[in-house]
Amino acid sequence: MLFGQRLRALAGWIATLAVAAAFVVALAAFFELLSHPGEERTQILRGYEWFTSGDLRVAFDLRWDPLSALMALVVTGVSSLIHLYSIGYMEHDERRETFFSWLNLFVASMLVLVLAQNFLVMFLGWEGVGLCSYLLVGFWFNRRLLVVNPLGRLVEGEPDDTREVWAPPAAKKAFLANRIGDVGFLLAMFLIFATTGSLDFDVVFGEAGALAAGTATAIALLLFLACTGKSAQFPLYVWLPDAMAGPTPVSALIHAATMVTAGVFLVARTHTIFEASGTAQTVVLLVGAGTALLAALIAIGQDDIKKILAYSTVSQLGYMFIGVALGPIGYAAGMLHLVTHAFFKAQLFLGAGSVMHGNDDDTDIKHFGGLRSAMPITFWTTMAAWAAIVGVPFTSGFYSKDQVLAAAFEHGGIGLLAWAIGVFTAGLTAFYMSRYVFLTFFGERRWPEGRHPHESPPVMTVPLIVLAVLALVAGFALTTFTGEGGRFQAFLEPVLGAPEEHESLAAAAGLSAAATGLAAVGAIVAWLLYVRPFDWLALRRRWAGAWRPLAEKLYVDQVYEFFTVNLGGALAAFLARNVDQRGIDGAVNGVAELVGSSARSGRRLQSGLVRSYALGVLGGAVLIVAFLVFRP
Amino acid sequence: MLLTATLFAPLAGALLVALVPAARQESARLVALAASLVTLGLAVVLAARFQTGDAGFQLGMTAEWVPAFGVSYRVGVDGVSLPLVLLTAVLTPLAIAGSWRMADRPRTYLALLLVLETAMLGVFVSLDLFLFYVFWEAVLVPAYFLIGSFGGERRVYAAVKFFVYTLLGGLLMLVGIIALFWLHQQATGTPTFDYEALVDFQKAPSTQRWLFAAFFAAFAIKTPVWPFHTWLPDAYTEAPTTTTVLLAGVMSKLGVYGFLRFALPLFPDGARWAQPVLLTLAVVGILYCALVATMQRDFKTLVAYSSVSHLGFIVLGIFAFNLQGLQGGVFYMVAHGLVIGGLFFITGMLEERRGTRRIEEFGGLQQVVPRMGGVMLVITLGSVALPGLVGFVGEFLTLLGAFLENRVYAVLATVGVILGAVYLLWAYQRMWHGPLEREENRSLPDLTRREWAILAPLVAAIIVLGLFPRPVLDRVEPSAQRVVEQTQAPSP
Repeated sequence: MLFGQRLRALAGWIATLAVAAAFVVALAAFFELLSHPGEERTQILRGYEWFTSGDLRVAFDLRWDPLSALMALVVTGVSSLIHLYSIGYMEHDERRETFFSWLNLFVASMLVLVLAQNFLVMFLGWEGVGLCSYLLVGFWFNRRLLVVNPLGRLVEGEPDDTREVWAPPAAKKAFLANRIGDVGFLLAMFLIFATTGSLDFDVVFGEAGALAAGTATAIALLLFLACTGKSAQFPLYVWLPDAMAGPTPVSALIHAATMVTAGVFLVARTHTIFEASGTAQTVVLLVGAGTALLAALIAIGQDDIKKILAYSTVSQLGYMFIGVALGPIGYAAGMLHLVTHAFFKAQLFLGAGSVMHGNDDDTDIKHFGGLRSAMPITFWTTMAAWAAIVGVPFTSGFYSKDQVLAAAFEHGGIGLLAWAIGVFTAGLTAFYMSRYVFLTFFGERRWPEGRHPHESPPVMTVPLIVLAVLALVAGFALTTFTGEGGRFQAFLEPVLGAPEEHESLAAAAGLSAAATGLAAVGAIVAWLLYVRPFDWLALRRRWAGAWRPLAEKLYVDQVYEFFTVNLGGALAAFLARNVDQRGIDGAVNGVAELVGSSARSGRRLQSGLVRSYALGVLGGAVLIVAFLVFRP
Repeated sequence: MLLTATLFAPLAGALLVALVPAARQESARLVALAASLVTLGLAVVLAARFQTGDAGFQLGMTAEWVPAFGVSYRVGVDGVSLPLVLLTAVLTPLAIAGSWRMADRPRTYLALLLVLETAMLGVFVSLDLFLFYVFWEAVLVPAYFLIGSFGGERRVYAAVKFFVYTLLGGLLMLVGIIALFWLHQQATGTPTFDYEALVDFQKAPSTQRWLFAAFFAAFAIKTPVWPFHTWLPDAYTEAPTTTTVLLAGVMSKLGVYGFLRFALPLFPDGARWAQPVLLTLAVVGILYCALVATMQRDFKTLVAYSSVSHLGFIVLGIFAFNLQGLQGGVFYMVAHGLVIGGLFFITGMLEERRGTRRIEEFGGLQQVVPRMGGVMLVITLGSVALPGLVGFVGEFLTLLGAFLENRVYAVLATVGVILGAVYLLWAYQRMWHGPLEREENRSLPDLTRREWAILAPLVAAIIVLGLFPRPVLDRVEPSAQRVVEQTQAPSP
């Protein structure tokens, strides 16, 4: 969608209406789907043939089933709200029509991803969303951006330390991390085609059960490599925090609510392959649990509000992977957490954007405090999302996280380890999220002289309110404690399969208590540190040795940088200078000189060369003629 | 007849250009452009008359040339050569339009471009080995003068190196051609250079190996296959940019086409024998040249190395010996021609504006020349094989073909996909994004109408063929399948 100058002011509205229309259509199609009995809720729309080569025939087929319907609704629904918000947020940006056209391209690609009926079309969407992420992270390509250095004020009297960053390197990092994942996706497709002779979901899933264990494991792990890129899991998660260089609505839409959940969706979509490999499921489980814990720890050490939320997203995605790694008992839980997270994390990001909007684009949590009276709507809606993410009973996050953890517990074995990590991480989550809201909205005012924090316009606050309401009630609305695992699970069962048995209500309540209790502890500790009059910066200085590794993101980025930039760069430089120029080219020129035609003596050689060419051709001709004449 | 007309139309145009009086050099441009457009028109008619689904040679023509020695003028197109003929016919008028502002001896320059076009077309349509050899060596002459007398500072060094190196390879192939002719005559008593006769002729496996090696020399240097590539960065960098467009867009396909059309069907045993070597060299080339490309400071040299790296994918696909690999390889040739042509055109346009190609001299261009930046983005993404753009189709099929043949090579080559994004996106970021630091860059003009006319067809083709690759794939498939069958022919 390209808009002329005159349409510039309208670009945002047109884009928003287009997405909202898509949401309405998706809603209508969803109700149409509901009118069918459970087993008949898969509809396939055949499209034109895209790729053909021998046995390989790939068409633009789309699939409408409960799983894709759920994703389509979340994507278009949340996008509509974020588009609306962006009209206000991007109001003063001179390239906003570009912004909205990319944002809409993103929604279109995301729909291709979730509606695909074969791996290659899914890959088209998969790469399309990656491209939009790249473009939108780097949207402010020529603007100096400031990020907060969490090591600031580690020494008494030191001023706040900000680091200047540029968006393009962050965008490139995102693209490249995803490219590593894409290699997994590509190789998985090759292996799938080599073993099943097709890339169509129905054919491939039909044969998934008959795959050799090693092949199934290889395919599943290669697909999961792609997931770790797109969904920011260990070891490829490092791009997501950097991607916060993009405009905040982008962070909310792409890097919290929708695109980063594509990996979770991929595991759910290809669950029959993962079910054929216990090893792969264990790997997903451990990576998910490990990432949840790691990112939660790093989130504690950040002072930049967007970075806190970014690491929080990485951590929450870990929970979703725990869910979908568990088999039929966890699929619905993982997907439910995906949905609730889309609501509360989108709110949190938009809320953070609203805070930035009202505070001269500052992101340093040390500069806020007491904002709740200046920005009441932002405050209350953020508190609703906070309640959801820390798991206050009966909010959406409580249900979804609880179901994930309960499924892990019931899974037993390695699932118990994931459960323990998940419960502990729930405590950490409550701590860092409480720290976030307390330092931002409560306590004394720490903002600099001359700043006048103000509430955002209605076009921004309306989406906040809608998302806050969803964050509170979505869990309750989508599940119930009665019936076979709740309505949500029943809806997805035709696609994801039914679990064999369900936990009893009593056990569930007991397990919930563990996570909720630990979360309460985390929140109370945060209260004691950050709301009570207490010099938490002095505490940080005293414990600088413990603070520094968290603030330095546990040094993961430094390790990666050493291997890629330093070692990889040295290898490339060695090849370019020593091997290519001196080695190979040197040998070529050496041979040339040896033959006697000095390749660097200019003019003399030019004529000499033409002579030798003529000689060569003549020689050849003589050879042919001689041969033909004297041929036996 | 139609094919012959297509083949020689540029040559006729070159003669006309040469006849333009020296005082009216400007009108030479119009003559040259007209000649190349006529060629394009003829090629389009050719494509329209082409019967999709037929594996054999079509629209051909045969005439006796030197009957005593079995030399004939025999030309024809099949699904493999037709797309390459079209690619040549599309890129040449664009290159001529790109040379519009050339002040230095435009008449000679344009005439040479047209001669080069005929020579390259001749390589793609020849069905007689003697005729093929004549065109093969004929390519060298205009290319040598285009580089050596119109190029940059080190043009003579670059031209001589290119010339001597490729000539050497060509001579080895000549020996191979003569030996093949002789063997055939020994066995059958009829002298012939006819392609199909020589393909059908049974050759002992040990003979095939030697002959394959002789042809390999010519094709590996021309492509180039690593480690025979070092003439290329010099030649591409020093050549005037519109020449580089044709060298990288079309001439680089001569070598891989040679493997596909001649080396594989003529010497299937030899090809199978050499397969591990070729696959290894292809993979090494992909990874090695991608790494070397990251270190380049001159954007033109960077693109030159990227070209070698990408040609590795084509060699990989061809030597997979299966349909996906071969069909993907041919598609990749077309895709590569469009993308690399676009990249070099943009390089030339930047150089025209700023007088430099060094990456560090740019930065923040997006805000000065946003339209050019948009075009650059599409072409760059086409080059890194984003699905939905033309590069992906070829890359996916060649890698899939390689995977079906040998997984180790395919996995290593797929890693090259990451590196491809590294060097190109890094360069894109340094040149187009970031702060606008240099004063000289502030007032650069955006694309002119003429430049739009050059880039728009490329961008359109990059997008359309990415989403609808079947018009090309369907025509290639039967002919590629035939090569697969020839390659898998049992040893005599």
